[in-house]
Amino acid sequence: MHPLQQILARAAGREEVKPGEFIVSKVDLAEINDLYLQVLLSFKEMGGDKVWDPQKITFVMDHYAPAPTIKAAENQRKMREFAQEQGIKHFFDINRGVCHQVMPEEGLVWPGMILVATDSHTTTHGAFGTFSTGIGATDMAAVLLTGEIWLRVPEIIKINIRGKIGKGIMAKDIILYIISQLGTDVALYKAIEFDGEAVKEMSLDERLVLCNMSVEMGAKATYITPDKKVWDYLSQVKHQKVQKDMSIKKLGEKENEVYESVYNFDISKLEPQIALPNRVDKVVPVSQVIGEPIHQAFIGTCTGGRINDIKTAAEIIKGKKIPPQVRLLVIPASSQILKKCIDLGYIQILLDSGATLATPSCGPCLGAHEGVLAPGENCISTSSRNFPGRMGSTEAKIFLSSPATVAASALKGAIADPREFF
Amino acid sequence: MFKSIIAGKVFKVGDDIDTDQIYPGRYLYLTSPEEMAVHVMEDAVPNFYKKIEGEDWIIVAGKNFGCGSSREHAPRAILCAGIKAVVAESFGRIFYRNALNVGLPTVKCSGIVKEVQQGSLIQINLKEGLIFLSASRKTLSIEKFPLQLLTILKSGGLIPYLKKYGKYSHLKNI
Repeated sequence: MHPLQQILARAAGREEVKPGEFIVSKVDLAEINDLYLQVLLSFKEMGGDKVWDPQKITFVMDHYAPAPTIKAAENQRKMREFAQEQGIKHFFDINRGVCHQVMPEEGLVWPGMILVATDSHTTTHGAFGTFSTGIGATDMAAVLLTGEIWLRVPEIIKINIRGKIGKGIMAKDIILYIISQLGTDVALYKAIEFDGEAVKEMSLDERLVLCNMSVEMGAKATYITPDKKVWDYLSQVKHQKVQKDMSIKKLGEKENEVYESVYNFDISKLEPQIALPNRVDKVVPVSQVIGEPIHQAFIGTCTGGRINDIKTAAEIIKGKKIPPQVRLLVIPASSQILKKCIDLGYIQILLDSGATLATPSCGPCLGAHEGVLAPGENCISTSSRNFPGRMGSTEAKIFLSSPATVAASALKGAIADPREFF
Repeated sequence: MFKSIIAGKVFKVGDDIDTDQIYPGRYLYLTSPEEMAVHVMEDAVPNFYKKIEGEDWIIVAGKNFGCGSSREHAPRAILCAGIKAVVAESFGRIFYRNALNVGLPTVKCSGIVKEVQQGSLIQINLKEGLIFLSASRKTLSIEKFPLQLLTILKSGGLIPYLKKYGKYSHLKNI
């Protein structure tokens, strides 16, 4: 069995599981964010009184941080009250950051675990060798009630990424290219494993981007074999009691039997990539859109708001001023990242250039607040989606790219190739 | 209330209609059915809510309907707006789960998009696994609902199912 299937089998109390089977799996960690008051409503409606295990539940107030409307504030208040009543200690309020960054920082993510969250980008945590998947509010309510979830065992697709990563090229360029080649439903109901020399060369933070964006190919979960980079990171964070010990058997000779399909990519000659409005798979090399004017440039989210992303932007923009018609929005993915970037001087550099800083949160990624777009505006963003109306007006245009490309474009006031800065 | 026969007029939409278009981010803080219903499909089809007033409609979509964000608001809003079912070539997986959980019938039917016109009448028979197209008198097969999940659908969704059984007993025993 593939490691993901081994994880599922163990969680379902089975010797073996096969793709297509339905199982009921125990959950190691359940995360709820502030978009989902419905979780509490469904929990009560299905007769829920006490949650199955308060130690295995976490709340992160990240999509509406701080609350932009009275209703959002009320939703958060109800979640705080619920967490208090239930004795849920892992409650991260509006000062902490985006859930998918906060969970690993808080030691809540560990190889071999089953992690479910009310957010589609939960696939991010496959980079830690976990089975992590997004679910909806009522599914989550059922987890709070029973500590279990039904799952269809997925087939596994393997994506090998080979070649040396060029200067100025980031994981976001690589994954956008892959999505454009394979399509938005290639991994529907399936899981994606990433491997290959380019993946091994990437930092853990860059691998998170590959796993994060996989949901845009329909993936249920992702997987990257944990290596020294993962163990080094995990040894630095304080672990909570939810950790599970890792005893995944390596595949060995049976390797090719477990994959439904294998795709190979060589990215040595890859140019920076841009996903054009309004589809994440409508991807072209940056050279095809150079000069497209930009009104807002956004660096942030669980896809592109980490230390290296902000560092890259600071290095490109250092000492220069962004043009007056451009708003550069910088939203670090967590309070830890913000503090580190302040210490390292990156925030100062960006503020000096004319950037706008906002509190660690999802920000305008989903069009809720903190940088919503007006009709006719063009935005280039490190986030994950550019559907019509995603960040505000349906008449705004969103271009998705790497943090390097966003920074270069902000500086020029138009879409630009970041490689001239490397 | 579970119905194995569902009839309605076709409201045709394209491929990859994601949950942001089905239920935009700016309304995510709403929780009441009445407030949510009026915003259904707002960014996919202008004035959709006005267009479906007064009659029974079934959304017929291309591939990957409901892809994107996990927001349960998407199938909830569709249900609250009175739409009877969604038929598609394929569904985003979180949307598919959420629809089952809230009691919105979702039906996978290969090749349906090219066989139907906007406004035509169709009848879904969940028991037999068929869709009858009134205009052309054709019958198409649908992908049968997985047995393990049928009990959830028949109960009217996950909440009534768990209220009745308390846990996932049916899935473990099949």
